[in-house]
Amino acid sequence: MPEITVIEAVRAALREEMERDPTVFMLGEDIGKRGGVFLATDGLIEQFGEERVIDTPLAEASIGGIALGAAVNGMRPVAEIEFADFIWPAVNQIIGEAARVRYGTHGRRTAPLVLRVPYGGGVRGGLFHSQSIEVAFAHQPGLKVVAPATPYDAKGLLKSAIRDDDPVIFLEHKRTYRLVKGDVPDGEYTVPIGVAEVKRAGSDVTVVSYGLVLHYCLEAAATLAEEGIDVEVVDLRTLRPLDTDTVLASVRKTSKAMIVHEDTKAGGIGGEIAAVIAEYAFEDLDAPVMRVAGPEVPAMPFSPLLEAEFMPSPEKIAAAIRKLAAY
Amino acid sequence: MTDADLLEMYRTMVLSRTLDQRIWQMNRQGRAAIVASAQGHEAAQVGAIRALDPERDRFYIYYRELTTMLALGITPLELLLGFLAKDGEPLSGARQFPLHGAIDRSRRDIVSFSNVVATQLLQAVGVALADKMRGEKRVTVAYFGDGASSMGETHEAMNFASIHHLPVIFFCENNKYATSVPLSRQMNIESIAARADGYGMPGIEIDGFDPVAVYEAVGAAAIRALSGDGPTLVEAVVERFLPHTSDDDDTRYRPPEELEDIRKFDPIPAMEKLLRSSGALDDALDDEIKGSAQKIVNQATEDAENAPFPEPHDFYEQVYAPGSPGDQS
Repeated sequence: MPEITVIEAVRAALREEMERDPTVFMLGEDIGKRGGVFLATDGLIEQFGEERVIDTPLAEASIGGIALGAAVNGMRPVAEIEFADFIWPAVNQIIGEAARVRYGTHGRRTAPLVLRVPYGGGVRGGLFHSQSIEVAFAHQPGLKVVAPATPYDAKGLLKSAIRDDDPVIFLEHKRTYRLVKGDVPDGEYTVPIGVAEVKRAGSDVTVVSYGLVLHYCLEAAATLAEEGIDVEVVDLRTLRPLDTDTVLASVRKTSKAMIVHEDTKAGGIGGEIAAVIAEYAFEDLDAPVMRVAGPEVPAMPFSPLLEAEFMPSPEKIAAAIRKLAAY
Repeated sequence: MTDADLLEMYRTMVLSRTLDQRIWQMNRQGRAAIVASAQGHEAAQVGAIRALDPERDRFYIYYRELTTMLALGITPLELLLGFLAKDGEPLSGARQFPLHGAIDRSRRDIVSFSNVVATQLLQAVGVALADKMRGEKRVTVAYFGDGASSMGETHEAMNFASIHHLPVIFFCENNKYATSVPLSRQMNIESIAARADGYGMPGIEIDGFDPVAVYEAVGAAAIRALSGDGPTLVEAVVERFLPHTSDDDDTRYRPPEELEDIRKFDPIPAMEKLLRSSGALDDALDDEIKGSAQKIVNQATEDAENAPFPEPHDFYEQVYAPGSPGDQS
């Protein structure tokens, strides 16, 4: 089983799905000869031609709206938003309309599109190349929101997203692209949308996370194991619909829960997870549900010490888990 | 265009006006919640459909398209069921405002997702892109008003369609008001069609009260689209005889003399006069056309009134694909 990076996993999924299904095509900014700013589509225009790898004007509403129209008309577009921070002009088309196509037409039309969205910080991206945008989309019934953390999950979930009959927001954390490596089998496989995974089994504390900081949680768990704290780490993988069963099963086992995400705390995914735990596992809890999340500032600053202040880290997470374990 | 063609258009216009008046009346009686009237737009809408193929082509309409719907074969009863939010409404299961949703694709490709203006233009471009990728020869018509012409997405749609020579007709029904805001406050130019130059496509401004002129302009645009030469912007200049919707009051922003003036020329009596002068229409036939429209609308009103409201039994369906994660049905 070869070890590859997240970006290589994304590219492999795109290539295999384009080979498998002629209705799959891609559109986005600089995805052609440039191969995408992160090289996710490197080599694909050479293999599939400019008819199926379409460089769009610098216009995100176009990317969302044209993908939606093509999806309604029988294609399976995979659109790339160059950076999540640029997605807002497409919101009118994606949240406003794509999410409601099936419901608003009483099932007469569907929108099987994928929006691939590189997001997140820790890459010296400053205010407009670091944003976490997942909550805006995860709030909307009709959309599916996927946020893999590993190469295996990225490939398997992207294939599932492309084959899915509903609009899927596929979030790729930029810092994981080349940082995170993992084993990915050569053969065909998919990972189901809507299913979380226990990435590390433990008995003392449940930590629920996704994306880049999931890896920081695993690092923290390894550190704490040496101190005798046994941490279970749940990777949500899908942010809508949430796999509450996996979360609740873990909390019922450990009786202590923490949610970790890079996005800011108030109104974040963590609040929803905490509410689910309070609603359905209150009597299993031995401590308040805790959150480690981005601070309440509007964006991640550029300068390195400022950026580090914003980002959750293995150390910050370990410190919080120590408190929860001792409660 | 033969007398028979003209008569058929006239018949649709008369039916549309009769139905439109009935719906407006039912709104005033508290029986229909909301109406955006097509009165004044009938000639433009009927002329455009005459130049297209209802079975072949794709129609991304907006909310003021009652005549377009009738011309495409959607029945007065189906439309009234929508205005009364009744069961059997053919577009959205009565989840949406009237004239919103989509017709079964096996019957007609008519789509009108939302009340948000101009979003349909980019979607129509994506639809046409898909047809082009598959090598299907179809025209996609993107309908919009002068109000939507101010949206950035209108610019983006025209730009992309022209770059890729997509088979799209941008059909603007310019009724000179975006709800209450007149053209002079929407743009500092005289013609929306003039913008086509900036996208490298033809732009034609026509009298939207003349269905034959509209037919010819849309016909030329359809030939261009089907030949692979790309999109066309057709601007049909019309009048909005009634307020923006039944919830609007146009006397707050249109001077009384203007409201009187716009009604002086009405495309339906004008068509009647034309047909009478050519000998295609006499009293007996005109009575039959108007009487038949009245009868159809009366029957449809009765049937729609008697139809039940949809029960919320499928309220949770069609959020996600059946059996897929998140499906609650």
